[in-house]
Amino acid sequence: MTDPTTMHLNINGRAHALTLEPRVTLLDALREHLGLNGTKKGCDQGQCGACTVHLDGARVLACLTLAAQAEGHAITTIEGLSGSDLHPVQTAFLEQDAFQCGYCTPGQIMSAVACIREGHAGSDAEIREYMSGNLCRCGAYPHIVAAVRQAAEATP
Amino acid sequence: MRNFSYLRATSIDEARQAAALPNAMLLAGGTTLLDLAKCGVVEPDKVIDITHLSGLDAVRVDAQGASIGALAKMSRVADDPEIREHFPAVAQALSQGASAQIRNMATIGGNLLQRTRCAYFRDPAVFPACNKRAPGTGCSAIGGVTRNHAVLGTSEACIATYPGDLAVALVAFDAVVHLGSRQIAAEDFFLLPGATPHREHALEPGEMITAISIPTSAMSRRSTYLKVRDRQSYEFAAASAAVGIAFEPDGRTVRDVRVALGGVATKPWRAQEAERALIGKPASADTFQRAAAIALDGAQPHDDNAFKLELARRTIVRALQRGAS
Repeated sequence: MTDPTTMHLNINGRAHALTLEPRVTLLDALREHLGLNGTKKGCDQGQCGACTVHLDGARVLACLTLAAQAEGHAITTIEGLSGSDLHPVQTAFLEQDAFQCGYCTPGQIMSAVACIREGHAGSDAEIREYMSGNLCRCGAYPHIVAAVRQAAEATP
Repeated sequence: MRNFSYLRATSIDEARQAAALPNAMLLAGGTTLLDLAKCGVVEPDKVIDITHLSGLDAVRVDAQGASIGALAKMSRVADDPEIREHFPAVAQALSQGASAQIRNMATIGGNLLQRTRCAYFRDPAVFPACNKRAPGTGCSAIGGVTRNHAVLGTSEACIATYPGDLAVALVAFDAVVHLGSRQIAAEDFFLLPGATPHREHALEPGEMITAISIPTSAMSRRSTYLKVRDRQSYEFAAASAAVGIAFEPDGRTVRDVRVALGGVATKPWRAQEAERALIGKPASADTFQRAAAIALDGAQPHDDNAFKLELARRTIVRALQRGAS
């Protein structure tokens, strides 16, 4: 059945019913069908990390996940990271000037939130290793590491 | 990406039956299948999602060894305290593979089945000739840019490198791939390209990896995985070695040893001649260098990858030194 099918996705705590072709990725479902443009399409091939979202709290790449596969899981995007206030990692990125063009930033922030939660932000070396799946073509890496460190140190 | 039909399997039997249908493919983490579908390298008519099957993601370690379910995520296995303690090379190979995001998606079964990173294989629009992708069409890599291609296990039909890390540790420590109705040694699971590079492993249509098991040994407990690459993280191996050494009671004579190589061969490469050259010998730089030379005997470099011979030898020596310390 290659025809569009209806699937139910839980995104940022809200239930959505979408009728999509089976080949539609979670990334395209978010951006093209739900207007959630915060999750970015960089390489669309799992190489850059710009499309990082959380699936049941774990960071994954939305470009290599079918929307249909995400049914039954809790999906969190940059739009759902916090309520009206900024998330502490977002604040840290602002304070440390951790971006230039900003295109990779939502993915960097989603990855950083998970990195800290996993306990993989204990040193600059560890942050670099566990953030290596997020590329920044502007080369803001030193400031990104500083922002992740600042947010990790502020996390109880 | 061409459209396909999507079936969410509710049982292993259903998945196997659906996988036996023409041009059907199993979908687990998706990090290989969806990537290659976007490249136009694979064009499945039917995609069978097995990620909702239960009971295939357990990790168990006992005195005999480890059993790892095919749907266990790389990150879960890499962080498992018992895997880290009893099979350090396996944990290290997994934690040095891909990125944190991909390790949260990719499964152990899918990891074994990942396809080569050969740039010619991955680009059918520009390079239609590829014996692995389209049998009998030729090889665009031979005579092309071969810096990342294999020097061991190559054939006139294919020189594509097997890209994975985990499988290198698995062939080193005599792991077994479980297919439900039968099981096969990891070493025999992967096939040399020969004249049929499109056949990469021993899976028959309708078969599915359900688990891998690794026997505990003195070597596996004292094992290490050394990965050398062009950048420090999120990169495939230019050369890698999984080694494990067991010593005689004197603490310096090699009683038994395992050596396997990655990044330089067409399949995860067990270096048994090198192992034989080490057994009964003292753990010394001389012995290690002689074994490393033997491991690369018969290697066939192409234009751009001759550096891999010396790189692989040095990687083996350093891994053995680390394993001996």
